[in-house]
Amino acid sequence: MTTTVDREHAEVPEDDLAGMRAPAPQGGLVDVFRHRYILKLLVRREISARYQGSVLGLLWSYVQPLTRFVMYYFVIGMVIGLDRGVEYFGIHMFAGMVFVHYFTETFTAGTRSIMRNSSIVKKMAMPREMFPVASMLVSAYHIIPQLVILITVCMIVGWAPDMAGMFAGLLGFAIVAVLGTSLALLFSAANVFARDFSNIVQTLTNFVHLAVPMIYPYTLVASRFGADHVNLYLANPLAEAVLLIQRCFWVGVTSDPEQTALTQMPDNLFTRGLIQLACCLVFLLIAQLVFTRLERKFPERL
Amino acid sequence: MTKSIVVDHVSKRFTMRYHRTIKQMSIARLRGQEISDSFLAVDDVSFTVDQGESIGLMGLNGSGKSTLLKVINGVMAPDAGQVLTRGRIAGLIATGAGFHPQLTGRDNVYLNAAILGMTEKETKARFDDIVEFADIGRFLDTPVGHYSSGMFARLGFAVAVHTDSDIFLVDEVLAVGDKPFKKKCMEKMKEIKASGRTLFYVSHAAGSVRKMCDRVIVLEKGRKAFDGPADEGIKFLHYDDTEDDVSSEEEQDEELGSDV
Repeated sequence: MTTTVDREHAEVPEDDLAGMRAPAPQGGLVDVFRHRYILKLLVRREISARYQGSVLGLLWSYVQPLTRFVMYYFVIGMVIGLDRGVEYFGIHMFAGMVFVHYFTETFTAGTRSIMRNSSIVKKMAMPREMFPVASMLVSAYHIIPQLVILITVCMIVGWAPDMAGMFAGLLGFAIVAVLGTSLALLFSAANVFARDFSNIVQTLTNFVHLAVPMIYPYTLVASRFGADHVNLYLANPLAEAVLLIQRCFWVGVTSDPEQTALTQMPDNLFTRGLIQLACCLVFLLIAQLVFTRLERKFPERL
Repeated sequence: MTKSIVVDHVSKRFTMRYHRTIKQMSIARLRGQEISDSFLAVDDVSFTVDQGESIGLMGLNGSGKSTLLKVINGVMAPDAGQVLTRGRIAGLIATGAGFHPQLTGRDNVYLNAAILGMTEKETKARFDDIVEFADIGRFLDTPVGHYSSGMFARLGFAVAVHTDSDIFLVDEVLAVGDKPFKKKCMEKMKEIKASGRTLFYVSHAAGSVRKMCDRVIVLEKGRKAFDGPADEGIKFLHYDDTEDDVSSEEEQDEELGSDV
C-alpha cells in the first residue's frame, strides 16, 4: 500500500486533490508530439501494413507514380501538346505530381483516419490529433521513392541545384504539409458526424490536379488571365507550392536557369510563398480549434 | 487516505438521432416526428475512491456503467461536474485496441502496449511475460489476422494485465479463452489487487465481485443507487437470490462471469 498518512485531512478534501488531474488528454497537436512513441508505432503500422501480402511490396511505390507519369505524359504532352515551349516538360509535370500526390494522400487518408481507428478512439484516452498527423507522416514516407526517381532523373539530364531553389523546395513542401494537415484535421472530425465528408474530399481532390500549374505551364495561365486575375490563381496555396517545387527541381534542369526563373515564374515568388505559409499556419490553428470542439462528441458518435 | 479517483457531480448526456439522411430528416419533420432526443446516461454521480481500494461497479444493462467507466478513463469528458484521477490508468478496457490484422503478434503487442500508456522500455521488459501469459507460442510472428478468436483475445488480455498503472479498470468479463486461461486471469487480477493498485471492476458476476471487491457502487438509470460494502450491494441488486446456494463448481462459473 502506498498510503501516505500525512494526507489524512478528512475535513479538507482540497488537500487530497493535490497531484490529481482530469483523466482526459489535453489534446492538441502539441500533445501529439508529447506522445511521439505511439505516433512512431502508428506510422510504422500503416507503412508495414500497406504492402503486407503483396509480392512486389515497396516496389509498388515506384510502379504507381511511374505509370501515372507515363499516362499523363502521353495524354497531356503528346496528344494534347501542352508541352510545346516547355523544356523538360516531363520533369515540370512530375515534380508537381509528387507533391500534389502527397497532398491528396494526406487529405483523403487523414479524413478517414479517425473512423478507421474508431476502436482505439472509443476506448482509450489519447490525443486524437494523432491519427490525422500519422496519416500525413505516412503519406510523406511514401513520396520518398518518388523523390528518388525525380532526383535521379534530374541528375541524369543535368541538374544545377542552387540555394534559392533548395529554399523554394522546402517552402513548397512546408505549405503542402501544413495545408494537408489542417484539412485532414478538419475533415477527419467532420467525417465522424457525417460520412458525406469523405465523398466531398474525393470531389475536391479531383480539382487539385487541374488547379495547379503542373500539366500546363504557368506562363499559359499568366498570358490568358492577365496581370490582375493571375493573382487570384496564385491565391491557391497549392498552385504556389507547385511553383516553388518547380523552382527547386525543374528550373535547375533548364538550359538557362536564371532566365527560366525570371520568365517562367511569377514575380515575388518567395514573398508570396512565405505569405501562403503564414496563412496555412493560421488555418492550422483554426482547424485545431474546430477539432477540439468536435472531439468531445467522438466517443458517442463512433 | 490518498484519493485515487474523485467523481464530483458528474453527468453525461447522449443525443440520439433517429434519422441520418436529409431525406429521412425532412420527412420526419413533415410528419412532426422527433429528429433527435437526448437522455442522461450518467446523472449527477459523485463518489471518491481511495488508493488501493477495489470497487465493483454494478447495475443492470443500460444503467450507465460503461459510460461512467469511459468518463473515468478519460475517453469521454463529462458534460457537467468533474473527474480527477491520480496516476496512470490502464486495464481490461481496450484489449486488442489497435490490433492490426496484417501485423504480427509481436508488432501488435508493442503498439497495443503503447496505446495503453507503456513506454518502449517497459514493453521490452515485460515482453516475455506477456507472450508467456498469452500462450500463443510460435504464432507470435504470424499476422494476428490468422489467429483464432481465442488467441486474439488472449494476446489482448495479456498486454492489458501487464501494463503498469495506478488505477486498473476492468470492463470485460473474463469470458474469453478456456478455463485454465480464465483461472490465470483471475489470479492476475488478485495479484493486481494485492499490489495496492486501485481496482475498478464492472461486472454482473456477483461471485467475482464478492471475491475481488471491498465496496460496491450500484447504478440505476444513470444515478447512484447504492454505495457500500460488497455483500450489501449484491443484496441490493437481488443478484444473490438465485445464486446463493450454488455448488462450488457453479460458483466458479459465476465468479468468472459469462454475461456482459
